Amino acid sequence: MNLLVSPLKQAGAFFAMALDVLRALPKRPFQTKEFIQQCWFIASVTIIPTALVSIPFGAVIALQLGTLTRQLGAQSFTGAASVLAVVREASPIVTALLIAGAGGSAICADLGSRKIREEIDAMEVLGINPIHRLVVPRVLAAMLVAVLLNGLVSVVGVGGGYFFNVVIQGGTPGAYLSSFTALAQLADLWTSEIKALLFGAVAAIVASYKGLTAGGGPKGVGDAVNQSVVITFMLLFVINFVVSAIYFQVVPQKV
Amino acid sequence: MGVAIDVQGLTKSFGSQLIWNDVTLTLPPGEISVMLGPSGTGKSVFLKTLVGLLKPDKGSIVINGDDLVTLRENDLYEIRKLFGVLFQDGALFGSMSLYDNVAFPLREHTKKSESDIRRIVLEKMDLVGLSGAEDKLPGEISGGMRKRAGLARALVLDPEILLIDEPDSGLDPVRTSYINQLFIDLNAQIDATFLIVTHDINTARTVPDNIGLLYHRHLAMFGPREMLLSSEEPVVRQFLNAQTVGPIGMSEEKDADELAAESGQELPPLPPIPLQLGTSDGSPRRAEKPAGQWCRDNGVTPPPGSFRSGNAGVPGVSQVPEQVPEGEVVS
Repeated sequence: MNLLVSPLKQAGAFFAMALDVLRALPKRPFQTKEFIQQCWFIASVTIIPTALVSIPFGAVIALQLGTLTRQLGAQSFTGAASVLAVVREASPIVTALLIAGAGGSAICADLGSRKIREEIDAMEVLGINPIHRLVVPRVLAAMLVAVLLNGLVSVVGVGGGYFFNVVIQGGTPGAYLSSFTALAQLADLWTSEIKALLFGAVAAIVASYKGLTAGGGPKGVGDAVNQSVVITFMLLFVINFVVSAIYFQVVPQKV
Repeated sequence: MGVAIDVQGLTKSFGSQLIWNDVTLTLPPGEISVMLGPSGTGKSVFLKTLVGLLKPDKGSIVINGDDLVTLRENDLYEIRKLFGVLFQDGALFGSMSLYDNVAFPLREHTKKSESDIRRIVLEKMDLVGLSGAEDKLPGEISGGMRKRAGLARALVLDPEILLIDEPDSGLDPVRTSYINQLFIDLNAQIDATFLIVTHDINTARTVPDNIGLLYHRHLAMFGPREMLLSSEEPVVRQFLNAQTVGPIGMSEEKDADELAAESGQELPPLPPIPLQLGTSDGSPRRAEKPAGQWCRDNGVTPPPGSFRSGNAGVPGVSQVPEQVPEGEVVS
């Protein structure tokens, strides 16, 4: 019984908090200072890992595609396939990993340690709503940074792909560049950015929820961070699939 | 002038574990009350329920005609501005200096200029004896200082109700006495309603106007200080005199065998009731009542030697003044 009820309760409480965040969004005064600080903070913990992860990611895609296209005899489409793979899938996934793993865990640890030190209680008692004061700026900051990171990953990933295809595998630069837009279209980039926006929101809300409900001392905070990262990963991969599926239904593909 | 808190039939449980049941009491406005209880009886939970941080299962908490339990969230944040709460560890914001911590409620809730804020903050920091430590971070100072900084932050909005969670935990006896004196002086100055949660007997015997005792998942007794200190009720008597003989055992309550073994033992006589702690400049507080008035009004004979000294009856202080004839010098 308990095995069934407690996850449901958790999910319910999580959605309740997500709604609270939505309701607190338009509330004045907007916490500009906290928002900027959080943007800077999340960016500073994610930028370098993101760039370092996306170079080998782009390279691996280029390696796989380079071999595959040669086997199929479609070398002229290496660039097209590479751009498509990086922009559509690789870059939202890398963004998801980093925003959840680096950004979300940092948010969760921060709020969790405040929770167990009773800072959150103190804030509520001082008549300040922590959702409005702390969570909303973090969610918005994570969304903004995720969108920007996604752009960064796309650029670095495509650059890495080009480098490996042209320099390492001996592909021709002209073929790579001219097939660039053969399959990819602008809608791919938009979808990719929408995914990143959703990932940022979900990662920050899950991390905030887990942080604000942390309990049981320092170990509780550790557990909360761990769970928040695991839950976020699962959610983000599901969202990624759902958004991709909708995209293929809604946007006509180039032929 | 402080406001009264009217608690009716309050019940709280976590899952299947009942914390306390049917707690009914009224904290009189402007008076100092102490909530006592053995460790783990939900004193801190009671305090958090009073500010609406935890929702009770049943009952009401009425302040100024509003029931805190059924209030909407926005109104709850509004009514919390009446409260000042001092948490056990001070609950300071770790990323801010002490100055910013104390200034935080002013910056969030008032439109005061920075110079006004500065004046108020420095005044409150001085009041709790923290002048000169404004730029320190909470992580850099001792537990006692954190507690006092937390008190300064609780005071900046001139609260009508001050809730204090274990002011004496982690403080040495001298600092505890200072902080108790501070509460008395503050009460005289701002006339707020005080509720102090503690298990320090010395504090409970000398500071409050009223004492409550939580025990065995209910409120054993709540009333004027003299009523509880002269009470023969076993639980109250055992707790207020820090004895092993009585219904409270090492783990919550004693079993039948232990109680039966104790049945023949004679309880030591009730120690004398000490004088209440006065303000440091000797001026009377508004809520202060003459020593022994409750006993006279209710026809209770206080234990011999009562109301002679502020130390009488404190465990560990063995000489009872009445045993020494007046004028005789004790070597």
